[in-house]
Amino acid sequence: MRTFWLPVLGLSLIALGWIGCGSAAFAQTADATEKEIERYRAMISDPMANPAFLNVDRGEALWSLARGTKNVSLQTCDLGEGAGKIDGAYAKLPRYFKDADRVMDLEQRLLWCMEAVQGFDTKDIIKRRFSGPGVVSDMEDLVAYIAQKSSGAKFAVTHSHPKEQEVYAVGEAMFYRRSAVMDFSCATCHSEDGKRIRLQGLPNLTKPGKAVQETMGSWPTYRVSQSQMRTMQHRLWDCYRQMRMPIPDYASDGITALTLYLTKNAEGGEILVPSIKR
Amino acid sequence: MMTKLLQLLTALLSFATLLAPPTLAQSPAKVSPDLVEAYVKGTWKTPAEGWQARIDQDDTQRACSLSRNQPAKAEFDKILAREKAAVVFPADGVVLGKWQDGEKVAQIGTGGQFTDSPTGPRGGNCYACHQMALTELSYGTLGPSLQEYGKIRKYSGDDAKAAYAKIYNAQSVLPCSNMPRFGHNKFLSEQQMKDVTAYLFDPESPVNKK
Ligand code: HEC
Ligand code: HEC
Repeated sequence: MRTFWLPVLGLSLIALGWIGCGSAAFAQTADATEKEIERYRAMISDPMANPAFLNVDRGEALWSLARGTKNVSLQTCDLGEGAGKIDGAYAKLPRYFKDADRVMDLEQRLLWCMEAVQGFDTKDIIKRRFSGPGVVSDMEDLVAYIAQKSSGAKFAVTHSHPKEQEVYAVGEAMFYRRSAVMDFSCATCHSEDGKRIRLQGLPNLTKPGKAVQETMGSWPTYRVSQSQMRTMQHRLWDCYRQMRMPIPDYASDGITALTLYLTKNAEGGEILVPSIKR
Repeated sequence: MMTKLLQLLTALLSFATLLAPPTLAQSPAKVSPDLVEAYVKGTWKTPAEGWQARIDQDDTQRACSLSRNQPAKAEFDKILAREKAAVVFPADGVVLGKWQDGEKVAQIGTGGQFTDSPTGPRGGNCYACHQMALTELSYGTLGPSLQEYGKIRKYSGDDAKAAYAKIYNAQSVLPCSNMPRFGHNKFLSEQQMKDVTAYLFDPESPVNKK
């Protein structure tokens, strides 16, 4: 019921996916598909139309599921707004947590809570960090649920603790750090307005404004080309892949630094998630 | 005439954006490069065998990163001299291969990603950043248009050699260019670079023919 129209969109988007391999014939298709995507974007807040709401539902169940050696749920996990408070929490992450003495993004914080609150071994959870055929990701589900509780809120990271300021600065430096066989940094593709790679528009993420706000405000997202709900961890995994870098460690401090840099730049931007996109 | 004018204008415009300093959000926050490198280390704790070199920076990558691709004059000159000295031309001096194979080099965007097979197709992905053949509508805009590149240069042998050097090492011409150093980083083979140079310089190539 929820997904009845998706095969149609899926097909045209699979065609779009091949643009990376390049052929003139795809240009028109891409244009039409872009319009189509716009139309579907309007449906993102409709739980009947966006498959990511399945993740939201599963995440809600996981949040209240007792497990781990302590056999408790995550409901006492403090995401920064107080134990068990989820509403609006995502809009202020990444942030500094005193108990861990670290700046953490949502995924790092959830892993921390699983270990500290639940006494839960996260090895298998981390192994399943990204969903795929036959693989369900607890992390993607939990992020979908928690981020959705900030839908409609505006990004407002605190940025007052010295560690937060330090991590932001590190993230900014990493954004400009060039390496690997293509000499790429994030800035190669995301530091100018109105640029594109092949036909894909590239948001300028280096200055506050609409581009970075709309970008950050639309993650987590259901990626039609992958038929999965994805989080920012996966997006940055994908960009480092294009940069010819090795696989970055999941929930590592460098990824959090980049995420804080981007989220701070997106300050004031409205969160509308889970969204749906290519 | 009108199109010539337009071309000139777009060329001038893209030149202007190249020279304009990028607009920064706020002046960069101060952070020690050592701290940044510690974070980098923590993000790739145990890279797959043979991949550590992808993380480590050479002197040029480091200088461009720290200056956000705006090296001061002295640094600029240093990079230019170093990268220029590192260009290796084909032993026989022939920089033109087969344009038909060069088209594949320009089109293929895979190779070297952690999801790619080491033996799979590998290309320069020139179309990610450049307009080339008029018939190819799926092109990116990170670099200037290279449409009619050889034709405009009257198929000059010296210009072809300069283009080969540009492809081999973009920074031997412009320090901290966003364009990859395809030969320097051993990403493309000599043959691939000759072929893509031919794609730009062969009168029969769709880059030069309408
Ligand atoms: C070689 C080009 C390239 C590099 C380098 C690159 N990206 Fe991307 N990035 C892309 C492309 C292409 C997309 C997809 C745009 C789309 O789907 O429309 C993208 C998408 C994104 C998005 C999501 C945009 C959206 O609208 O949802 C974010 C955030 C992002 N990149 C951040 C980064 C960061 C941070 C880095 C460095 C770690 C980086 N990128 C490096 C090409 C690149
Ligand atoms: C990531 C983006 C990117 C890729 C990929 C790329 N280039 Fe470039 N290229 C640029 C930029 C930016 C410039 C302009 C700045 C400069 O001259 O370095 C440029 C400039 C050039 C020039 C000089 C143009 C002039 O002004 O005369 C040539 C020739 C060229 N590129 C060829 C190629 C070829 C051939 C390939 C593929 C094998 C390629 N480029 C791949 C970004 C790119």
